[in-house]
Amino acid sequence: MGKSGVRTKKAPKAEKVEKVARREAMRKGLFFACWGVFLGFAGMLGVSIIRFAYPRIVWEPSSLFKVGKPDDYKVGGVTVMGDRRVFLIRDEKGFYALSAICTHLGCQPLWEEDNQIFMCPCHGGRFYKNGINFAGPPPRPLPRFFMKFAPDGRMMVDKSKEVKMDFFLKV
Amino acid sequence: MKWVPLGLVRYTFCLGGLSAFFFLICILTGPFLLMYYIPSVDRAWADVQDLSNVVPFGRFLRNVHRWAACLMVVCVPLHMLRVFLQGAYKPPRQLNWLVGVTLLLLTYLMAFTGYLLPWDNEAYWAATVGMTMGENSPIIGAKGPFSILPPDKDIAYMLRGGTILAQPSLTRFFFAHCVALPGAMAGLMGLHFFNIHKAGGMSGPL
Repeated sequence: MGKSGVRTKKAPKAEKVEKVARREAMRKGLFFACWGVFLGFAGMLGVSIIRFAYPRIVWEPSSLFKVGKPDDYKVGGVTVMGDRRVFLIRDEKGFYALSAICTHLGCQPLWEEDNQIFMCPCHGGRFYKNGINFAGPPPRPLPRFFMKFAPDGRMMVDKSKEVKMDFFLKV
Repeated sequence: MKWVPLGLVRYTFCLGGLSAFFFLICILTGPFLLMYYIPSVDRAWADVQDLSNVVPFGRFLRNVHRWAACLMVVCVPLHMLRVFLQGAYKPPRQLNWLVGVTLLLLTYLMAFTGYLLPWDNEAYWAATVGMTMGENSPIIGAKGPFSILPPDKDIAYMLRGGTILAQPSLTRFFFAHCVALPGAMAGLMGLHFFNIHKAGGMSGPL
């Protein structure tokens, strides 16, 4: 700025008014610029933190997995696959896989061999062997997952595909 | 600053102060528990066992933390009940009621996340139930009414850090319990006390 910014004693009035107006505009501009930068940065920080909380990659077991050969399972038996959260059941019509996640609040029901029912330990939900809820708080039957044979003759369960109650993997 | 006339002060006026006192106890004991606790799904439970049975005064410190937390969960709603019954939320204290409700929710979240940290069966299934509730909540949950978010973008996914309960979940609960929630609570408690001061000191019966 140098000497141009120094006010002289005999400066004309119009110029003075203009200078004050310019200074006022500058002040306002800086005010909004500062707040704009601050709010913009805060907003960016907020949005990035929310996005940051959603990972791009998760290390989780695949939803498609092999469960062995049909001969490994006896007719009428229920196999609990705790790590996969799946019940594998073989009856006269074939195999079916039920979700081992209670439809009430997500606990894992226990298979009661004596009563031939699934009972959830958290809030007492009960399901028949075919997955239908008949007592307690669960609002829906246990979902049934798609099954197929892998080329090597072993069975596969696909947890990403739900199927209807009449689905059986025939042996 | 105006004070409530001494004759009108009741023991129930202590409930808010007691809540703050128990919070302070938790803040003082919590960091020491961190010296022996590692938030890993393989180690968390064993660390808590060590803390309870091997570390000198470990069980004492842990139980002080735990009991103070439990008593805080008791005191905060009782404090709110007192404020409600005496009409102490009325103008000019409406904002402080809202801050108080937020503090109540944060207290419950602290209790919930602290319960999960030992990562025993109780914690695991409590977390399962909590996350399923998130999944089924309206709008922000993938399975809830009016849901707008897919399962890999909803609130439960963010809280768990994935679609199943595993290491990322425990890390997040740990972060919430030890950093995010206490920080938010301390800030809001400051605001809470400042609002009391601004409105003229302790609230009394109207």
